[in-house]
Amino acid sequence: MSSNKPRTLFEKVWDSHVVQRKENYPDVLYIDTHFIHEVTSPQAFNGLRGRGIELARVDQTWGTADHNVPTKDQHLPIKEALSRHQVETLHKNCDEFGVKLYGLGHPFQGIVHVIGPELGVTQPGKTIVCGDSHTSTHGAFGSIAFGIGTSQVEQVMSTQCTLQNKPKAMRIVVDGDLQEGVTAKDIVLYVISKLSASGGTGYFVEFAGSAISQLSMEGRMTVCNMSIEMGARGGIIAPDQTTFDYLEGREFSPKGEAWENSVKYWKSLPTDDGATFDAEYVYDAADIAPMVTYGTNPGMGVGVDKSVPIPESESDKKALEYMGLQEGESLIGKPIDYVFIGSCTNARIEDLRAVAEFVKGKKKADGVNVWIVPGSKQVEKQAIAEGLDKIYAEAGFELREPGCSACLGMNEDKVPAGMYCISTSNRNFEGRQGPGARTLLASPLTAAAAAVSGHIVDVREQLATV
Amino acid sequence: MKYIKSTCVPLKIENVDTDQIIPARFLKATTKEGFGDNLFRDWRYDKQDQPIADFVLNQDTYQGEILVAGKNFGCGSSREHAAWAIGDYGFKIVVSSFFADIFRGNSLNNGILPLIVSEEFLAELFADIKANPATTLEVDLETQKAWISGKEDNKQSFEIDEYKKMCLINGYDDIDYLLSLKEEIAKYESERPYTFNV
Repeated sequence: MSSNKPRTLFEKVWDSHVVQRKENYPDVLYIDTHFIHEVTSPQAFNGLRGRGIELARVDQTWGTADHNVPTKDQHLPIKEALSRHQVETLHKNCDEFGVKLYGLGHPFQGIVHVIGPELGVTQPGKTIVCGDSHTSTHGAFGSIAFGIGTSQVEQVMSTQCTLQNKPKAMRIVVDGDLQEGVTAKDIVLYVISKLSASGGTGYFVEFAGSAISQLSMEGRMTVCNMSIEMGARGGIIAPDQTTFDYLEGREFSPKGEAWENSVKYWKSLPTDDGATFDAEYVYDAADIAPMVTYGTNPGMGVGVDKSVPIPESESDKKALEYMGLQEGESLIGKPIDYVFIGSCTNARIEDLRAVAEFVKGKKKADGVNVWIVPGSKQVEKQAIAEGLDKIYAEAGFELREPGCSACLGMNEDKVPAGMYCISTSNRNFEGRQGPGARTLLASPLTAAAAAVSGHIVDVREQLATV
Repeated sequence: MKYIKSTCVPLKIENVDTDQIIPARFLKATTKEGFGDNLFRDWRYDKQDQPIADFVLNQDTYQGEILVAGKNFGCGSSREHAAWAIGDYGFKIVVSSFFADIFRGNSLNNGILPLIVSEEFLAELFADIKANPATTLEVDLETQKAWISGKEDNKQSFEIDEYKKMCLINGYDDIDYLLSLKEEIAKYESERPYTFNV
């Protein structure tokens, strides 16, 4: 299916992975890399057993335990019986089918969307899937990466392929320079607030523009991570020198001649001049303020210096009621109880460094609980090597062990009912961080500033007074 | 599944995410059964595990195999447990004006029809159910039409991909289909334009 027609990055990668295209059928899409974890894989392994078949490509499959693990005392057996059973089942399944597993205690263990990139498994031009919607994270490298359900996990385990209708293509361009104190997280929360929690449904989104290309790989991952929060199947960013510099020398990155050949191929992937998109939006980076959400979906976000908007529907009213917020109320000054810095959105070393730099020599406000949960064992090790743990300890922040933690209210880490948590994670749904918990999504910097003040602040003002 | 006629359970809320359909703390099972008990858990039961009277699943007035919900149903997490919970509870169809992609695919892979109707049709259906909980919706998958019983002159056409329609009608499975393509997949692997190191 090669032609001279200008093509998008997304089209190039998608089309090169189509095993079969037939009228009235979804494409049979070949998958280069399959990540699995304890929550969405057991039923798929049972499916393989039921059919009496092997896992198609163990060399292209990688496992870790992240969603349902404690983030304290990981060297001890998991206390809760159902969680322990689920993690043990992952170990048994990976043993039986021969899948590489970075379980608890392994130096590579961590959140699946943190470890893939840091190990160099995530590479430009690949197709990557996982039974987790935030698989979109890996698109930051110029790969097509998306979350799938367990039936599709079983498809990939059985055949290394999945049936997919090709999504439409959208481009979101963010041009210009960000203000001091405004980060990748704020860019993506801003875009979702403009397009809504369903504005990207049916699309695969390429993020482009100078504000995007100036981001580090960590920042790009944050942006692509949350593309699912506007309903998009995934986000994708053109690979460039920043991408290559990040990948060079990593555990599973190509080496020697293979590296040279890979880079040559990766350089052919960016969208051609003249390629067209089904939808396109352009934003000015200078318009973006530090963002915070006030409602119960990630589209309900505003600049931190704004007040809570007037509800437009019954669902909006229900959201404000759940959050205990009034229309017209100022967000700055809102007291918070918990601060969660972690998750596949913001638990990479750059995030931990930004927090440490801000809080160095400061202390958390009385009565606020602050959890910092590194995205992986490698991030944890690096943070300790750089002495970030000491800065956190002096500030009264608790550095925990790697996992999804308080992002999803599944493991032991939950926010109590009625409490306000400023969180660097990706979802503010009702009960997401625990039954009745009230989540305000924000960047690591805004979260750190809130931890110190005990209420929501405009981090730009804090930075100006330093 | 070819034709279904059923009363409906109305859930007039937009952006229902899969964390509401089945909260994460109930995802610890390693099999697909039993998730229906915790469907909409935190809207359905209070902290003492007592049913919340004004939630629709706790009202005898509303029964049936069809769930009718506000737009952007099933957004958020990819957890297929949401589709398992809806199916296990006994729903065969979810009607909305808009579904999130992953949920829509997961539903179809579990024999549940995500039925997309216009905003107007959805509003009319909600209004009719409210006025008369015995209102029934009829859905004919073969002709891709849905209508409120007694309003046959206002049949709503709905879209469904041809392949998935065939799977639903015949109870076919994607994996059987993919396994039948073993040779094509092996050929693709051997001729891949670019081979990755891992």
